[in-house]
Amino acid sequence: MQYFVQQLINGLTLGSIYGLIAIGYTMVYGIIGMINFAHGDIFMVGAFAALIVFLILGALFYSVPIVIALLIMMIVAMLLTSLYNWTIEKVAYRPLRGSFRLAPLITAIGMSIALSNFVQVTQGPRNKPVPPMVSRVYTIDGISVSLKQIIIVLVTVILLAIFWYLVNRTALGRAQRACEQDRKMAALMGIDVDRTISITFVMGAALAAVAGTLFLMYYGVVVFSDGFTPGVKAFTAAVLGGIGSLPGAVLGGLMIGFIESMWSAYFSIDYKDVAAFSILAIVLIFLPSGILGRPEVEKV
Amino acid sequence: MNASSSMNNAILQVEHLSMKFGGLVAIGDLSFQAKRGEITALIGPNGAGKTTVFNCITGFYKPSEGMITLNLRDGNNFLLERLPNHEIPARAKVARTFQNIRLFSGMTLLENLLVAQHNKLMKASGYTILGLFGYSGYRKASAESIELARHWLEKANLVDRADDPAGDLPYGAQRRLEIARAMCTGPELLCLDEPAAGLNPKESAALNALLMDIKDNTGTSILLIEHDMSVVMQISDHVVVLEYGRKISDGDPQSVRTDPRVIAAYLGVDDEEVETVLTEVGDEDVIEQLDAGPDSAHGPGTSSSYLAGPVTDTIGHSEGERVTVSKGASRAGQVDERAKAAASKAASPAAKSAAKSSAAKSSKAKPAAKAPSGRASGKTTGPAAGKRGGRK
Amino acid sequence: MAVTVSPESDVVATPVQRATREALYAGAISLGLFVLFIGLRTDQNISNELILVQRWGLLAAVVIATMVGRFLYVAYGQPFLANQKIVDVATGLLPESVATRFFRLPYFIAAIAIAVVLLLLAGSLDGLVGPDLADYARFVRALAIIYALAWVIYYFRVFILAHFSALGITALALYPIVVVLVIALYTGSMVGGFQGSLKWVDNFGIQILIYVMLAWGLNIVVGLAGLLDLGYVAFYAVGAYAYALLGTHFGLSFWILLPAAGAMAAFWGVMLGFPVLRLRGDYLAIVTLAFGEIIRLVIVNWREVTNGSAGISGIPKVSFFGLISFNVSDPNYIAKVLGIAQSGAYYKIFLYYLILGLCLLTAFVTVRLRRMPVGRAWEALREDEIACRSLGINTTTTKLTAFATGAMFGGFAGSFFAARQGFVSPESFVFLESAIILAIVVLGGMGSLVGIAVAALVMIGGTEALRELDFLKRIFGPDFTPELYRMLLFGMAMVIVMLWKPRGFVGSREPTAFLKIRRAVSGSFTKEGHG
Repeated sequence: MQYFVQQLINGLTLGSIYGLIAIGYTMVYGIIGMINFAHGDIFMVGAFAALIVFLILGALFYSVPIVIALLIMMIVAMLLTSLYNWTIEKVAYRPLRGSFRLAPLITAIGMSIALSNFVQVTQGPRNKPVPPMVSRVYTIDGISVSLKQIIIVLVTVILLAIFWYLVNRTALGRAQRACEQDRKMAALMGIDVDRTISITFVMGAALAAVAGTLFLMYYGVVVFSDGFTPGVKAFTAAVLGGIGSLPGAVLGGLMIGFIESMWSAYFSIDYKDVAAFSILAIVLIFLPSGILGRPEVEKV
Repeated sequence: MNASSSMNNAILQVEHLSMKFGGLVAIGDLSFQAKRGEITALIGPNGAGKTTVFNCITGFYKPSEGMITLNLRDGNNFLLERLPNHEIPARAKVARTFQNIRLFSGMTLLENLLVAQHNKLMKASGYTILGLFGYSGYRKASAESIELARHWLEKANLVDRADDPAGDLPYGAQRRLEIARAMCTGPELLCLDEPAAGLNPKESAALNALLMDIKDNTGTSILLIEHDMSVVMQISDHVVVLEYGRKISDGDPQSVRTDPRVIAAYLGVDDEEVETVLTEVGDEDVIEQLDAGPDSAHGPGTSSSYLAGPVTDTIGHSEGERVTVSKGASRAGQVDERAKAAASKAASPAAKSAAKSSAAKSSKAKPAAKAPSGRASGKTTGPAAGKRGGRK
Repeated sequence: MAVTVSPESDVVATPVQRATREALYAGAISLGLFVLFIGLRTDQNISNELILVQRWGLLAAVVIATMVGRFLYVAYGQPFLANQKIVDVATGLLPESVATRFFRLPYFIAAIAIAVVLLLLAGSLDGLVGPDLADYARFVRALAIIYALAWVIYYFRVFILAHFSALGITALALYPIVVVLVIALYTGSMVGGFQGSLKWVDNFGIQILIYVMLAWGLNIVVGLAGLLDLGYVAFYAVGAYAYALLGTHFGLSFWILLPAAGAMAAFWGVMLGFPVLRLRGDYLAIVTLAFGEIIRLVIVNWREVTNGSAGISGIPKVSFFGLISFNVSDPNYIAKVLGIAQSGAYYKIFLYYLILGLCLLTAFVTVRLRRMPVGRAWEALREDEIACRSLGINTTTTKLTAFATGAMFGGFAGSFFAARQGFVSPESFVFLESAIILAIVVLGGMGSLVGIAVAALVMIGGTEALRELDFLKRIFGPDFTPELYRMLLFGMAMVIVMLWKPRGFVGSREPTAFLKIRRAVSGSFTKEGHG
């Protein structure tokens, strides 16, 4: 039982990170209907930015309280990553909006390749280990919970709350939902569609940057190719939850997190990704639009 | 196989067909027949369930209840509700067109017609394998299929544009191409979903000619949904009228045209026309009340469905439109109601006051269900309802 | 587009003013993008701790380059491109295009002269001008040859376009012979010719043709049937491992295993196809991606059979139908049979023709299938699935045949790949490969065999050519490795080509049958499928 709860906590941590990335996928998909393949690499860029800021802080100051350091890392990473995603949207996706559906998918894949190789070229191909930032572990009843895990879950919850408020309670969120329903009509109603889409990309990138910072803090290492696997897992999570649905993205992220930690704990760590992907396939066979996705009505 | 001759006379028999979407009954207990070699028209106001009937016949929907029997000329018969979607055109020889034209827009006209001959050509090509090695039988079949396509392109007056992409055609030509494509499957029953929608009078006439030609020269029976009464009245041999998923009339065009229930339900009811109908049945009280206009208590623009209150249900319909169905919305039901009231008045003077009060009540739109049928309570007899129906 | 009117005053901004402003924006954005990533570099010091290395000079260079580039584009590039479309009122002609100005006869003659002179001096270049300049000279020579070829293509473009397939096949068939002869002339001996041809035949010829074959296979699924498949590399892997495992364990010959690998891949195609038939669009995409990853992860983890990440080596070579072998130790080794000198090049040239044959088989089958009911049904499925069903087409089997046929060609390519490398490992079957193959299909123009072949040539050949840019070391110092930038440039090229031609190189569709004349269908009518 303790073991199970322990795995539950691990799954929750992992799932929080996946969920944060998945929101970026699902938002972009919801608003312009494209798979932003570069999003995983945006996450990696966020982690790298956090790493560099961490090193700068270490070089400039003798000691910085870790909370403040994390906060600064997060904010800088969010700003920088937002700039990246904003630029990418403007350069690679906007000119292709409304054209052939596969064209933006290909530019997204191209951007993904370019981003990871850009980081490889500029920062080197080796693993980048950082000294542990937070190492306290609480043990209650034989279940150990590290402070890192608490921070991750807490940050995720706070961000999701802010995010939920933005999407459901503000004019911006209304504009986003309107664009999601019908872009042309939204434009006729006086919504600046281009701006709304840009903001969507910025929001997605900011969440991915937070996920990147948390990832760096949790694992203490990052490498240029780290965008792919978490990116695909988060995308899987978004689809599992029903792409286009925000609660679905979080739910999917948590599910993938749980599946992975449970599978590694009870079966085999080697096949944890296989398990996650297989469950995705199985779920989609029975629920072709994901768990919370709106079923696509076949119009005759 | 050993069906009687009367059975064989009907190519399509729909019996007790029901289709429910959640709680909504889109089609309720519908039965009708389409005779071989005839053009049968299925008409009714928007949302009457015509396209749903088509989707049931062609296998896009599985009906909740009922039986759809198709009798082929060679004596084979099929229960369409049991066949998988794609086998209905392939085996039962039912072809259809769509309300929103569905052509292969990136393929040429000729290719569109060749795709329609898929099953025949698949067999001829030995399920691809023989054809891959240039088997001569396939080459012959291929040449024949092009001839058939040319035949139908000529019939549809499209042969000049055979090598253009289908998406490049004007609207009317796309409609004709869709019919030609359906004919290339070699159907015995051709189901046309609003073939004249969006056509100008000239194109509409050309369409009529094409349909008559199909009927006379191929022996294909036609079942069509149409709003354009000029098409329906000119070419159809038999008309079935639906309203809110139920059949309200069935017969030849002339009898349907004069059926008061159809006039009320489908053709739209003008004030005078209702008066004519009612004068025929002789209820002056109702006419008086009609002249009085709608009850001021209801305000302008009050609709039947509004008055019907909470008894409504909406569904996402196949075309994405929302269908709101309310008890008492049926205009045919209203005519029934009036006729009943009139009949009872004629039957006994004593009943007159009752009928009068009933009519009075209905004109004031109190939700009192008087009619024994219980289907419609004639809540809106006001001219507002008649005008909403509009005239085509 | 070239001018904007500012709302306050009626002053029209000149392109230069606008360009200055745009350049400043671009500079600010690039500064923001690059300040952390180029300005600083994370490195490990001796005690393996991360330290930051400052590179402000490089950052400044990059930012200034971005600004200058943006300035030139907005100030001169955009107006120039806009002018290219405007007809001259006086003459009624379009302005002389860039191409006609670029490809002029004197330039051609000059290029030929440079190439010939430098080729003749080849052996003595180092002695004449020293190794540094000799490297530049060799680069200039390569440019001159490329220019001359481009010139010929430009001037005969009408003829070339009219006979593209025939010319292309002839060129491909002659390619190894020409390479061997040219290099033999250059080095002065046949043996040298064969030895020198290795790189050109293997790295360029075989490599590109493998991608052509894979892309043509995927084209059936994506381009014709309109089913987005992001895990195509899985079938490539199935084919490669089928040959690797069966070939090493049972010693079966390539000619038996080639169809077997194809059949196995087709079987997996159907296995994948069945569950995902109901899925549409991006749901299908992610499941195919997941399937590709599952296959790779199983290969990585099922160590008892696949030897995990270490891969399988010692895969037997292909023989010429058992008659001629390419193993030096065999009695029927080609050099012994024909009585010529030993060389590894024979095997590569043989493999080149083998993959060329496989490619042509793929093309032949695709062209044939398109004109048959099943191929038309694939395209119809891409255009409108519901209409297909209303015409009695069994969409389930149609989709499955598309998956199976595409997978089969992937399997063929896979077993060829295993035979060529002599070694397979899961590294070769990552998602990136699927993405590259898909990119080639889309960049080429979905459904067009010629376009796809050109896209493979440009994208794969282009990145391979980057390996040849050794002279850049002379400029950027010996630490500079152009290969490192290969994938960065590849990714950027994908974006640029897609922005330039969103429908791919060949956007139009060739009809499969015609009554009077065969007219290509414009890309604006074709659909791309929902599945």
